[in-house]
Amino acid sequence: MRFLSSACSLLLALMFACPAQALVPEDLKAFAEGGPFERSELISTWASSQDTALTAFLDALEEGSLGAFPSGLLARTPDGEEFREWHTDTLIHEDPMTWEGIMVSNVLRAGVERARASQGLASSDPAVRREAVEALRSAASDPAMLEVVERARDRETDATTKALLQDLTRRLALSATDPERRIAAARALQQSGDASTNFKLLQGLLSTDESDDARETDPKVRAVFQSISTSLEARAAFFEFLGHIFAGISLGSILVLTALGLAITYGLLGVINMAHGELVMIGAYTTFLVQGIFRSWLPELEWMYVIAALPAAFAVSGLVGIALERLILRHLYGRPLESLLATWGASLILIQCVRSLFGPQNVEVSSPSWLSGAIELQTNLVLPWNRLAIIAFSAIVLICTGLVLSRSRFGLFVRATTQNRAMARCTGVRTDLVDMLAFGFGSGLAGLAGVALSQVGNVGPDLGQARIIDSFLVVVVGGVGQLAGALWAGLGLGMFSKILEPLSGAVMAKIALLVVIILFIQKRPQGLFALKGRQAE
Amino acid sequence: MPEALSQLPSRKTIRHFLSWFAGISMVLVPLLRLLPETTFLHPSDYTVTWLGKIICYMVLALSLDLVWGLAGILSLGHGLFFALGGYAFGMYLMRSIGRDGVYQSDLPDFMVFLDWKELPWYWTGTQHFAWAAILAIALPSAVAFVFGFFAFRSRIKGVYFSIITQALTFAAMLLFFRNETGFGGNNGFTDFKRILGYDITAPTTRTILFMLSAILLSAALWGSSLLARTRFGRILTAVRDAEARLRFCGYEPLGFKLAIWTLSAGLAGLAGALYVPQVGIINPSEMSAANSIEVAIWVAVGGRGSLVGPLAGAGIVNVGKSWLTATVPDLWLYALGFLFILVTLFLPHGVVGLVGRLSSSRSTPGGKA
Repeated sequence: MRFLSSACSLLLALMFACPAQALVPEDLKAFAEGGPFERSELISTWASSQDTALTAFLDALEEGSLGAFPSGLLARTPDGEEFREWHTDTLIHEDPMTWEGIMVSNVLRAGVERARASQGLASSDPAVRREAVEALRSAASDPAMLEVVERARDRETDATTKALLQDLTRRLALSATDPERRIAAARALQQSGDASTNFKLLQGLLSTDESDDARETDPKVRAVFQSISTSLEARAAFFEFLGHIFAGISLGSILVLTALGLAITYGLLGVINMAHGELVMIGAYTTFLVQGIFRSWLPELEWMYVIAALPAAFAVSGLVGIALERLILRHLYGRPLESLLATWGASLILIQCVRSLFGPQNVEVSSPSWLSGAIELQTNLVLPWNRLAIIAFSAIVLICTGLVLSRSRFGLFVRATTQNRAMARCTGVRTDLVDMLAFGFGSGLAGLAGVALSQVGNVGPDLGQARIIDSFLVVVVGGVGQLAGALWAGLGLGMFSKILEPLSGAVMAKIALLVVIILFIQKRPQGLFALKGRQAE
Repeated sequence: MPEALSQLPSRKTIRHFLSWFAGISMVLVPLLRLLPETTFLHPSDYTVTWLGKIICYMVLALSLDLVWGLAGILSLGHGLFFALGGYAFGMYLMRSIGRDGVYQSDLPDFMVFLDWKELPWYWTGTQHFAWAAILAIALPSAVAFVFGFFAFRSRIKGVYFSIITQALTFAAMLLFFRNETGFGGNNGFTDFKRILGYDITAPTTRTILFMLSAILLSAALWGSSLLARTRFGRILTAVRDAEARLRFCGYEPLGFKLAIWTLSAGLAGLAGALYVPQVGIINPSEMSAANSIEVAIWVAVGGRGSLVGPLAGAGIVNVGKSWLTATVPDLWLYALGFLFILVTLFLPHGVVGLVGRLSSSRSTPGGKA
């Protein structure tokens, strides 16, 4: 095998030295008379030419419409009735019964693949070259291609393709004839490229299966490979861990977003709003409606419908929240358990309303193109754009909410009412108005969370119910009415469950989370960030 | 006193209620069942099972009223205790199917189907009726005790407590949905054939199960009304109305709260154990958060803290649910939603309070409601 590949490389080197004219009759004759190995090598020598005839030849060969006859290389017409000499295209009369096509054996097929790849690499069109590189990267590694790929790398002008070729060169060099070269290639792979892919590559070469031709036999090289592969494995595990961290931050940012409004309303009114999840759901449905409006009337601006949906969702959810506060909660102040039941009733009504209006199935909300796709740092570290956008969005919403609460006059009133309602009233704060507006504000935040959720998950009537318990846990852990509490608790819970999930499965992670929360509350009954003050209750 | 509460009914009211209830459920219904089936007055198997189911719900409502009405602890996780009792007893029913299942194995069908080789350790002994019955009470009580100990010790109360009980039942539901945990996954336990050797679908068995449920309800109501009048009951009322003050007086509320909480969970488990043989199925959806919250509205509709009220509430809501889901299913969620809102807004003392107000205004015309 190794001998063969070196022979091939030699031939390829020769052919680059003196460009051979492709598909001359002598070559075709040699092809017709040769065995599979000779044929494979011949194809390789032809591959440098940009002759379109070669492509047609390879196509015909793979289709099985070429046959070797004493009279030369013949091509059969699609109906199988006529035969033409390949290079002259003249009609030759042969008995169809004697037809015997050239079998495309594995050896020959490898040659064809190689020829196609080198033809693609030599193309003047960057897109074709890129395609050829991708094809080579995904195909089984063929040591014979090393020289070709190296040359292509040196010629390449496009930076991305050049980097891909560089990576490919290193991978191919792992099977180079020179042991030093193999070691150097492995060291280079240790430093760059995709850790888990490279790890698998080395593991393949370190196979203990004696019958495997491609395995590394030199004990010295094997030792080096072994140590590099161990370090690559650690690197891959590290990237995987980073991936879990990212998933945790992403889940955490969604939790923060949904819990933020809840933390404000609970802190202010002491009321658990069971309809909070449904306000999130309404935000998501508003996004769906805004998307519909843009599709019908402003199709050229559809890419920005998400941005337009933000104020709309804030307003719709905020108004529904204000209505809830005016119609129900206002009359139940001081009776938190009854408020909880009443808002649960409201949530049932909202769910059924949405079901009646939009149907019980999920509606389709599609992410605009600038939110789809992902940055792929490693195969196990992929950062989707919509997740990144939600993390950024949560941060912005959190900062803005913090600013509103700490800098604005409205925020001052909200904080005063949260801390001491009676005293705030005494100093002239209209607490009933503050209640209404703050409840609307918290509900509006739920609407914003709905817009974000519509970009990563299904939008259906049950959207809110699925998430509400998690958001409550965030509030319980974070403490009442504290933005910092919601932030740390949300991120912490998100991270905790995402790191635990691969170890124990999603359900066990959830149960473990609950146990941890119950134990945590033993230590900090008021949550992470409790309001300081002297209170008996 | 900010919380809306109904008065504990007098002993006389309870006695009246009990004698009426016992008269109907333990004398009238069994007698009517003796009539030939073609008679108009003969209650069908379906009706008796349906009534039995509602009586089990009433016991569940009563158990919630014990903690919410008496001690002011709103649990949104009572569905968990109900379902645990149901599962414990359901396993006895599963195993008394014996080899008559689809796969003719000693193991329950779902275990054969899911490739279990032997019964997991925690189901040991469930082939005995007595052990299963003990388990149906002990298991929910034990879960409640452990959870309650940690929750009450750190003085979690009010809506905090409610939310955590809801998270608890949600987590349990996820656990029971899993196939590998040995609880039958999605489908739960079903296809029961016999109970204590008797055919479970036979009319006599059904009547007896119905009467057992009625006996349980009567005993639970009688016991609760006695309990509420003891010193223990009065301390619970103090926990409900002013826990901090109670502590300042030198009482430690932990033990009292834990006792009533555990007792209530055990009662809920017993209700679940009687529910399963009548309904013929138990699956994880019984533990869904929505189910547990619904129990709270039964209590609220009837009038919390009145012991009798929650029974009426469970009856009214469930009859309404059966009727609405059969005629206009889309309306049911609206009706339930508005029930939650309207009852909390306009009927803080529930139906019992309303009846009391009406009858007192009739007896003293022009008097204050």
